[in-house]
Amino acid sequence: MASKSTIFEYAPAPESRAVVDIRASYGLFVDGEFTDGHGEPFKSINPADESVLADIACADETDVDRAVSAARTAFDKVWGPMPGRERAKYLYRIARIIQERSRELAVLESIDNGKPIRESRDVDVPLVAAWFFYYAGWADKLRHAGFGADPKPVGVAGQVIPWNFPLLMLAWKIAPALACGNTVVLKPAETTPLTALLFADICRQAELPPGVVNIITGAGETGRALVRHRGIDKIAFTGSTEVGRQIARSVAGTDKKLTLELGGKAANIVFDDAALDQAVEGIVNGIFFNQGHVCCAGSRLLVQESVAEDVLERLKTRMATLRVGDPLDKNTDVGAINSAAQLAKIEEFSAAGEEEGATRWSPPCDLPAQGFWFAPTIFTGVAQSHRIAREEIFGPVLSVLTFRTPEEAVTKANNTPYGLSAGIWTEKGSQILWTAQRLRAGVVWANTFNKFDPASPFGGYKESGFGREGGRHGLEAYLNA
Amino acid sequence: MPEKAGPGRLAVRKTYKLFIGGAFPRSESGRSYVVTDAKGRFVANAARASRKDARDAVVAARKAFPGWSGRTAYNRGQILYRVAEMLEGRRDQFIAELRGTGLPKPQATAEVDAAVDRWVWYAGWADKLAAVAGSANPVSGPFFNFSTPEPTGVVAAVAPDSPLLGLVSVVAPAIVSGNTAVVVASEPAPLPAITLAEVLATSDLPGGVINILTGHRAELAPWLATHMDVNAVDLAGAAPEDVPDLEDKAAGNLKRVLRPDGADWTAEPGTARMTAFLETKTVWHPVGV
Repeated sequence: MASKSTIFEYAPAPESRAVVDIRASYGLFVDGEFTDGHGEPFKSINPADESVLADIACADETDVDRAVSAARTAFDKVWGPMPGRERAKYLYRIARIIQERSRELAVLESIDNGKPIRESRDVDVPLVAAWFFYYAGWADKLRHAGFGADPKPVGVAGQVIPWNFPLLMLAWKIAPALACGNTVVLKPAETTPLTALLFADICRQAELPPGVVNIITGAGETGRALVRHRGIDKIAFTGSTEVGRQIARSVAGTDKKLTLELGGKAANIVFDDAALDQAVEGIVNGIFFNQGHVCCAGSRLLVQESVAEDVLERLKTRMATLRVGDPLDKNTDVGAINSAAQLAKIEEFSAAGEEEGATRWSPPCDLPAQGFWFAPTIFTGVAQSHRIAREEIFGPVLSVLTFRTPEEAVTKANNTPYGLSAGIWTEKGSQILWTAQRLRAGVVWANTFNKFDPASPFGGYKESGFGREGGRHGLEAYLNA
Repeated sequence: MPEKAGPGRLAVRKTYKLFIGGAFPRSESGRSYVVTDAKGRFVANAARASRKDARDAVVAARKAFPGWSGRTAYNRGQILYRVAEMLEGRRDQFIAELRGTGLPKPQATAEVDAAVDRWVWYAGWADKLAAVAGSANPVSGPFFNFSTPEPTGVVAAVAPDSPLLGLVSVVAPAIVSGNTAVVVASEPAPLPAITLAEVLATSDLPGGVINILTGHRAELAPWLATHMDVNAVDLAGAAPEDVPDLEDKAAGNLKRVLRPDGADWTAEPGTARMTAFLETKTVWHPVGV
């Protein structure tokens, strides 16, 4: 059924923007103060309507140096020597302030990133608070974590994060680093700096000692300067595999510790005995959550041949009910693509999919005239050799492939240089465990997808990077045993 | 290797070859290099492995990976213990072989004993690693969530110059969790590694789980570091000046890299050399009726 559903007609239900106060310009947050940058300032825009939100300072090498020095001083003088129980209380404070200011954070995240308010409000921000709350509790228990009797912080962490979950990735990076006694210099993505800068204000409200958290804004050049800085002891990066490779090269021959959380091309495997409606919800969540801007997105659907037709029909019916539009509308399912550059990339991949012979389908949907938009899209008749089956698209585009036997499903699922995540849909418990054992992926969701939790380790095999974030395992990157 | 030659009898020498896929091939290149004892006297011509040999070894290791990693931890532990048994049985041979590399008898004996004990130590880890490195995770929702350690895949190691104990200390922790390995033996003292291969070949260790190359480290290590089907590199025995380049090459497919750390091979190893080549896999499933 490809016709537009008329059952669900929704009146606009926009979340109020009044709760956020976006300043005209933002500086760098260094040593507890907002300061000017020496690079060329840039603009952050709202991807839903292309309006300019604010001017953002750009950190050059001298600014990076200043931030690293501030972090070093804070590490040596304040944060490193501080008892874990005191560090814990700062992190608990931060977690509480995040909860108190949750609406403001969610609205600002949706404005700057383009993600639906339903997701920023119900997924991103609650997880951000949970991450700080979880790692707060580790700060005074590190000697029980299994990394030696007296594990020490690494020192100054340089952290570079992507634009898809700006605040959540900040939490994944900063919370464990601080809990372990490190100080940080964090660079948010250039298209989504606003919630990180709001987080700087939260640090001030929490009276976090100056220099413990430094936020520097800028593009790739700023990130490179941070990663190459000699005063950095540990680098944590989430982003593309290509940039991850460059970073791995740049630390070659140094003593810097490195963790990388990179791209993915996850297989979402639907066996013929799966609860199909449930599986369809999981497929939709897997690829259309956050506009598909998810490194662990279920971007390859592997469906058993005997139920492929049925699954596709149900999937198309479900996709026709997805509401694409204003990220601040509480009924929106799919928001704006984060940037013009990302939209161009998604369009290029989709064109390649058609050129290589796959069949493209999207439900009829009216996209707003302004802003960056891409309708939820599936490709059928996809071969493993197609670019859309091999490369990470990072958009709401699903490649559908079929299989006959469980062995074939596993072989196809693993036929990728990536290994971040995978999904399994079957009602047979032994088949779940058999499949999960054989999938070369760091996170396997069985009869669910895209679930995250601070207690749950997350990270990839192969070219999806190394190291784990979350849980006890997430401490390892920030400790010297 | 000292030969027992009596009056009127010429000793039968051993040809030292490579160990790939459970077999002992010569280098496809037909090359060898002279191994001498501590006094510079000729001992043997060791095979000088080539890029092609390194690639063959990776193919063998990859082929062995599903079977080895698919075995139960108990079974892997038994096989590692079996290696210790076989090594113990050939204790005198290894002591003599290490003396040939210049070690005095007490040190040679100590190194062989420590190597046997090292296999025993790691054998016992096989079915305990998951309990120590894994977890059940209390997530905030109706899900059962657990994390298990899994082998990274094919590990390429540059063994240190401690010709037996160092080699064992690098290889055993890599394979105990289910990885398969390609190891470049000590360049000046490669012969104990090939004799160890004879132990491995008679210990029920499936062919290809450990592959041993002898030759020039500086020639072989870069091929292994760039190889796209190698998942991790252990640079324990790499020359310090070569490490930056090897790390740079390893970044091509984001290999896990274990940097040289000046380890004391006689000390009791911790878990670090095992966990360096583990992935953590986390599985979620809803709880409900």
